[in-house]
Amino acid sequence: MSGASTPGPHGPEATTAALRDGAEGSQLQPELLISDLLRYGVAASLSLVTLGTVVTFFRHPDYLVSTEALQRLTSPHPVPHTLRDVMEGALAARGRAFVMVGLLVMMAVPVMRVALSLLIFRQQKDRLYVGITAAVLAMLVLSFLLGAVH
Amino acid sequence: MTPFLFMLVVLGFSVGAGLLGSLLGIGGGLILIPVLTLLLKVDIQYAVGASIVSVIATSSGAAAAYVRDRMANTRVAMFLELATTAGALSGAFLSGLVGGRGVYLVFGAVMAWSALVMLKRMRVGGEVPVPVDPLADRLALHGSYWDEAQGREVAYRVTRPLAGLGLMYVAGTVSGMLGIGSGALKVPAMDLAMRLPLKVSTATSNFMIGVTAAASAGVYFARGNIDPFIAGPVCVGVTLGAWLGSRHLMARVTGTWLRALFVGVLLWVAFEMLRKGWGP
Repeated sequence: MSGASTPGPHGPEATTAALRDGAEGSQLQPELLISDLLRYGVAASLSLVTLGTVVTFFRHPDYLVSTEALQRLTSPHPVPHTLRDVMEGALAARGRAFVMVGLLVMMAVPVMRVALSLLIFRQQKDRLYVGITAAVLAMLVLSFLLGAVH
Repeated sequence: MTPFLFMLVVLGFSVGAGLLGSLLGIGGGLILIPVLTLLLKVDIQYAVGASIVSVIATSSGAAAAYVRDRMANTRVAMFLELATTAGALSGAFLSGLVGGRGVYLVFGAVMAWSALVMLKRMRVGGEVPVPVDPLADRLALHGSYWDEAQGREVAYRVTRPLAGLGLMYVAGTVSGMLGIGSGALKVPAMDLAMRLPLKVSTATSNFMIGVTAAASAGVYFARGNIDPFIAGPVCVGVTLGAWLGSRHLMARVTGTWLRALFVGVLLWVAFEMLRKGWGP
């Protein structure tokens, strides 16, 4: 939709749309906030994953040439799967743990998006949607708690 | 194959899956799981773990653009997420109770049914008036979007929010069971039951999928099924593909084209699922 050659919501129409929304009480702004959260969240996650991968290959040059190392990757083996494991690994500058932190950031992005929506609906004094969003957030927190119990 | 080459291959397939996924409003997990398990011989548990993260990546990557362009209906998304997250929780528990075979069979049947319904409506064509729904009015679900092909803002009305809620619960359950975004179930639910325009359904589905997947991702992480060497390149590749898809392809594909492509993918996936349930 944001192709530079075609006039879209960001062409000349964007100004009128922004003006119209401004009159209605800034409808566009929350959408920009959510869009930015998603973009920066994903960017942060991908940076960590890429950094972790580079560190891993830097520390294990044999991964570039050895075919035996792959066996370990495609068959079940313990990977860091508790928050403490991941944090300890990240502090020790283990590439794998950096990748895991990046993946955890990715998992947290939708949760943060819902939390941001909750704040936005509260600001708009939309009580019905504050309730709906709070229920969704509660469900997400519950699922992460149940996962930890597992 | 060296781990380096392995990761490059995974990255390549992930870019393709992300591109297709963002175009169709699916997370790409349905494409990735067969590729990882059948072609690259990755353990199914780890393929599913990587898939669930890729599902979040696709959703967030594409949704950022869709939300900014006001193509995704955020109110519809928030309302329906009540059902998808509850479903994802149920699905995570159900997967332990029923066998994988039964899940695949039910899934294949649902997919084939969705494809046939869409095919039927495609032949009929034409606009049918959207029935007035007091609950949809109360929830203020109606919206409008900028149509690139028509070059104007198109307003639309939404109907049957409770039917949508029910279908979304099913979609969430499937997502939690199989570790996929199940956009292939979300898009028809919004398109056919709630009568949102297909492009809005696709964008809103992308927006919702991340939250649905996040509801089950915690379980996969706790089980140790998210392997950094597989999920890492999958995550990067899928996001890249989804970004390319939402930026360059969406504007050029018309609704009918999108629908035809979508029906084709639905039928192919249905066949794959049924074969998995039936086969050895």
